[in-house]
Amino acid sequence: MTEIDNTGSARPESIRAVPVRHPGRWVSGAVILVLAAMFVHMLFTNKNLDWTTFQKFFFDGGILKGLVATLELTVIAMAIGIVGGILLALMRLSANPLMSSAAWLYIWFFRGTPVLVQLIFWFNIKSLMGDISLGIPFGPVFITWDVNSLVTTFVAAILGLGLNEAAYMSEIVRAGILSVDEGQTEAAQALGMRRLQIMRRIVLPQAMRVIIPPTGNETISMLKTTSLASTVAFTELLKAGEDIFNANYKTIPLLIVVSVWYIIVTSILSVGQYYLERHFGRGSARELPPTPLQRLRRNLTTFHVKPPAVREGSA
Amino acid sequence: MTENAPATDVMVKAEGIHKFFGRLHILRGIDLEVRSGQVMCVIGPSGSGKSTFLRCINHLEKIDSGRLWVDGHLVGYRQRGDKLHEMRESEVAAQRRDIGMVFQRFNLFPHMTALQNIMEAPIRVKGEPRQVVRERALRLLDQVGLSEKVDSYPSQLSGGQQQRVAIARALAMEPKLMLFDEPTSALDPELVGDVLDVMRRLAQDGMTMVVVTHEMGFAREVGDSLVFMDGGVVVEEGDPREVLTDPQHQRTRDFLSKVL
Ligand SMILES: Nc1ncnc2c1ncn2[C@@H]1O[C@H](COP(=O)(O)OP(=O)(O)OP(=O)(O)O)[C@@H](O)[C@H]1O
Ligand SMILES: [Mg+2]
Repeated sequence: MTEIDNTGSARPESIRAVPVRHPGRWVSGAVILVLAAMFVHMLFTNKNLDWTTFQKFFFDGGILKGLVATLELTVIAMAIGIVGGILLALMRLSANPLMSSAAWLYIWFFRGTPVLVQLIFWFNIKSLMGDISLGIPFGPVFITWDVNSLVTTFVAAILGLGLNEAAYMSEIVRAGILSVDEGQTEAAQALGMRRLQIMRRIVLPQAMRVIIPPTGNETISMLKTTSLASTVAFTELLKAGEDIFNANYKTIPLLIVVSVWYIIVTSILSVGQYYLERHFGRGSARELPPTPLQRLRRNLTTFHVKPPAVREGSA
Repeated sequence: MTENAPATDVMVKAEGIHKFFGRLHILRGIDLEVRSGQVMCVIGPSGSGKSTFLRCINHLEKIDSGRLWVDGHLVGYRQRGDKLHEMRESEVAAQRRDIGMVFQRFNLFPHMTALQNIMEAPIRVKGEPRQVVRERALRLLDQVGLSEKVDSYPSQLSGGQQQRVAIARALAMEPKLMLFDEPTSALDPELVGDVLDVMRRLAQDGMTMVVVTHEMGFAREVGDSLVFMDGGVVVEEGDPREVLTDPQHQRTRDFLSKVL
């Protein structure tokens, strides 16, 4: 921002002219208003929507328990996805051809099959292998677990969603790492830093700027994808709603209850994403854009300043 | 150490250095010596291998044949009997601690403030106590004339300021040798002076430096020796004042007539 001292010079008179009219805007605006009014009218008059049922079940114990399960599933599956994604990305960028092809194969497989199929697969894993044993490969066995007790529906859902997510996250992380200038690694090497230090301290923090936005999308998408776990009998938010409307046949109101909860959580996640992006944008822009709160505060304080608004820095 | 190992006051010794990129023969037998406390300036046309040679000195590039010593130690290799062993990554990293490098495009870490840029390596690499490092970093920032920019991010600094932070960052490791790869080529003309001033003072304080540069005034004034490289070989080497005023080789004359 250049600091021009324009306090002395008088502001030249602004042009007074009749602005261009936009009749098209008025017509399209009116159409949208009518459609919106019809929709709102339907919301309040349609008996099938049944807002009392909505109110009754919005804070229902079963629904809330389902909501918590959905959140748990989202967090854990995303955690597996992010950690697994970073590992896979590092493997793919590794100089060891065995490592990079193993990662490539993993990504190829998990991106190539539908996540719903993977979920059902994990749910039925017991029919593939009876027990899991810990020991020396092809040698003695130390401990054995029964797969049935190990892979509960929750674990099956976490594995299905998390392992699939890792494949997608690895591509996001890899793109982020590749976006960081080679000179950064060289400068760090020249200072005597080790490969892992360089990755952790120099490259990944910068890659974050590229990684965070799509990861936010992935998280929001994951929140909704967890509803697939209802098909393997895991009681998350959708299944909790289904259990209720299967008993009382109030399908639509309960689907609305579920949808509103999804929208609330995705909205919160979007706000979180905004602040996370700001945090990792450090040092990139000359000045960070103000947060909505800061903008509100600034608007409130500059409200009584005479328009046109005084330009910053010229006071 | 072999019988060719350099004398103790030789900081850098290069002997028959060759470097290939694929089938491109970039360095074709470089022999050079830089004594402790001396400043060697390297000039030459674009693509002559100046940067490549500089990067070999701290093993950012592997040499394909020849020997390279820094402060009496082979770079990147260990000699056991008459066999050479490649160094492990940790050993290479340890060797680089004592060699500072300044790049044409600064390469500051954009997510760290000036102070954090300088403090990073001494803390992470040498494991020095934070308070000690902080004091040294502040002193270095003061030396390069940027005490008010302690908390600025690189994007908030001019090119010349960034390069001075980069020099301070390298000095914070207390290196024995500093390598500069065209440190002022990316700068607007009016910002070049500040950076050269810092380098001049560094030379006066006795730092051993290898400087790839197109600043002939700096080479003449500060350099103890001047090397003219072309096509991957050293064409001419000598006292900067002599080489610049009375070059012995036609190629040197042609180059100097273009840049002076
Ligand atoms: N990593 C690489 N892979 C392939 N070729 C390379 C690589 N690095 C450098 N080269 C080539 O090696 C030659 C010498 O490059 P170098 O950067 O050392 O030249 P220079 O003398 O520093 O030139 P300039 O003055 O333009 O910086 C050039 O022809 C360049 O294209
Ligand atoms: Mg170069």
